[in-house]
Amino acid sequence: MELPKGMHATTSRDHGAPPLSQAGLWGWLNRRTGLDDLLRVALDEPIPGGARFAYIFGSGLLFIFISQVITGIFLALYYVPSADHAHTTVAYITKVVTAGSFLRSLHAYGASAMVVVLFLHLSQTYIYGSYKGRRELLWLSGCVLFGLVLAMAFTGYLLPWDQRAYFATAVGTNAVSEVPWMGESIKRLMRGGTEMGTLTISRFFVAHVFLIPAGIFALVASHIFLFRKAGAAGPVKEDPYHPKQEAEPFYPRQVLMDLSLTALLITGLGLLCFFVPIELGPPANPADAQYIPRPEWYYLPIFQWLKYWHGSAAIVGVLVIPTLLVLAILALPFLDRGIERRPWKRPAAMGAYAFVVFSLLGLGFRSQYLDRHDSGVAQQLAKQQAEEGEYARKPFEPELSSASLAAANVALADPLAAKGKTIFEAQSCNACHGDGGVGTAAAPALIGIGTKFSPDRLAEVFKHPTAKMNAGGMPPIDLPPDDLKALIAYVESLK
Amino acid sequence: MLDRAGNPENTIPEPSPSGLSIESRRSFLGVLLALGSFFVGTLLSVPLIRFALFPLLRRTTDLKNSPVGKLDDFTSLTEPVMRTIEIEQVDGWRKAISEKAVYVTKNSQGQLRVLTSICPHLGCTVPWNKEKHQFVCPCHGATFAADGTRVSGPSLRGMDTLETSVEDGQLLVRFQYFRQLVSDKEVIG
Repeated sequence: MELPKGMHATTSRDHGAPPLSQAGLWGWLNRRTGLDDLLRVALDEPIPGGARFAYIFGSGLLFIFISQVITGIFLALYYVPSADHAHTTVAYITKVVTAGSFLRSLHAYGASAMVVVLFLHLSQTYIYGSYKGRRELLWLSGCVLFGLVLAMAFTGYLLPWDQRAYFATAVGTNAVSEVPWMGESIKRLMRGGTEMGTLTISRFFVAHVFLIPAGIFALVASHIFLFRKAGAAGPVKEDPYHPKQEAEPFYPRQVLMDLSLTALLITGLGLLCFFVPIELGPPANPADAQYIPRPEWYYLPIFQWLKYWHGSAAIVGVLVIPTLLVLAILALPFLDRGIERRPWKRPAAMGAYAFVVFSLLGLGFRSQYLDRHDSGVAQQLAKQQAEEGEYARKPFEPELSSASLAAANVALADPLAAKGKTIFEAQSCNACHGDGGVGTAAAPALIGIGTKFSPDRLAEVFKHPTAKMNAGGMPPIDLPPDDLKALIAYVESLK
Repeated sequence: MLDRAGNPENTIPEPSPSGLSIESRRSFLGVLLALGSFFVGTLLSVPLIRFALFPLLRRTTDLKNSPVGKLDDFTSLTEPVMRTIEIEQVDGWRKAISEKAVYVTKNSQGQLRVLTSICPHLGCTVPWNKEKHQFVCPCHGATFAADGTRVSGPSLRGMDTLETSVEDGQLLVRFQYFRQLVSDKEVIG
């Protein structure tokens, strides 16, 4: 990399070891690691034409990504990815855990902020023609990162398993099945079956927490590496191959500008999360036929777009047009080879950009408009909103563990077995065989014993325990016939 | 960076005569930024730390006091009566409801006592024997008086009393387990 005048990115390396005056821990650490060099390489990045506010979005994205990683890790302290616990644990985070509502809001709003800043970053790169001049891989890695961020938003949205999450994901995965030939298979792969269920949560969780983040880490690293390899493109009048304008190092002015966006993001997100925390709706109820699903705002254009394509035309709208659009975006730096970067000299590129952006905005607003002007839909959406608010205000109700549920069910099902349960406890059977016959170290479990022993056989061994039972400390049971019958009914009911 | 600014002779000579002042300005800014980042970082980590330490600072596992019955029902007790209580055990975001048998009885001064039905010997449930007017454990024959004090048998102590309280005329009890096979009552959970 050719360094512009006045830069000294490799000064320390040129002169061997860092100065001896660097005493103490920092000096020692520096001689061992070369941290100072690294810091200089990072901070002395040359920016042709000087620092500008137009360049702040990349580091803003990096900041939000790190924030998402940290808040995500902390949320995982309490979250359980399964259909029967996901909603309870998110409710616990939101309603009980200190700062839980704030952190969850930060994570959820962070996703939206990520999409916004990503759009600004992409727009700046596109409008400034910064993808030109040996930056094809840089552009491609950025495009894949965009896809991965959208995939993060999609997979993360399901995890709270409330009505909104469940139905939005049901629609989202259904849309995939519109893809001809393999759509149905992809949908099943995503859902882990034909229907949405606990396996869907597991899959989305693994994608959201392990697979996609791993891809993002790798691609962010290569994106930054490729960026430094190609160098900052500088202002629109700059030659993308051989920058001629005088360069200014990244530090301090560009750092300060970047930090201003970070400060704005921290303040904005902080205030939003504090005063308008994200709500959690009632738990997903797949049987609710009334529920009208709506995706998060950044998916509204796609949602609206898919409404227009049905039947035999679906292949055009669902597969051909999106594929062509994605391919065009990916191929951009290969197709657009000119060194002209000034937007006003690139009418076709700018026209295409305006067309796509206005189409997306138009579709998004159209969807909103239709919802507002269909009184039935508007009413149902308002009702859903109200239900969400109502649920959000309710105090947290712990989940009843399955063990106690089973015990309660027996009491309800059969009055004879219920009486038997009282006898089971009064006769201290539970002392050795455990509550509900789950078994303890002292005696085996009785669950499922009904399939092995008939009631008559049970009555027999209750009165005259076998030698093995005697050896284990099982005393003969001496009860009136009715009580014995009840006890047997209870033991037979243990499943 | 401080060192570099403080000892310019050890760093690379700046190409411009004003290099030193630029270096010091950059270093000063660096310190400011480092302090600022540290401050903001500390501020941002406050909710994270509070979130992570929540189970240490609050009670997340809890055993609720269980109602045994109306106080009036027990005023004219002549012998221990068995009551099944519902125990709600909260564990983080889940709770378990189980049932346990306890005895309501009176001690020698005529005060109400609630005894756990678990034998302090090896944990069998001890039934009340009307004929003998004693608690007789079916497993190893330990016997206890009506107020739960040890009479005979292998148990090293009398039956365990549970903490009680009264709320709106209701007798409440806090169910606990106690270590078996020891002479002193010791809570284990």
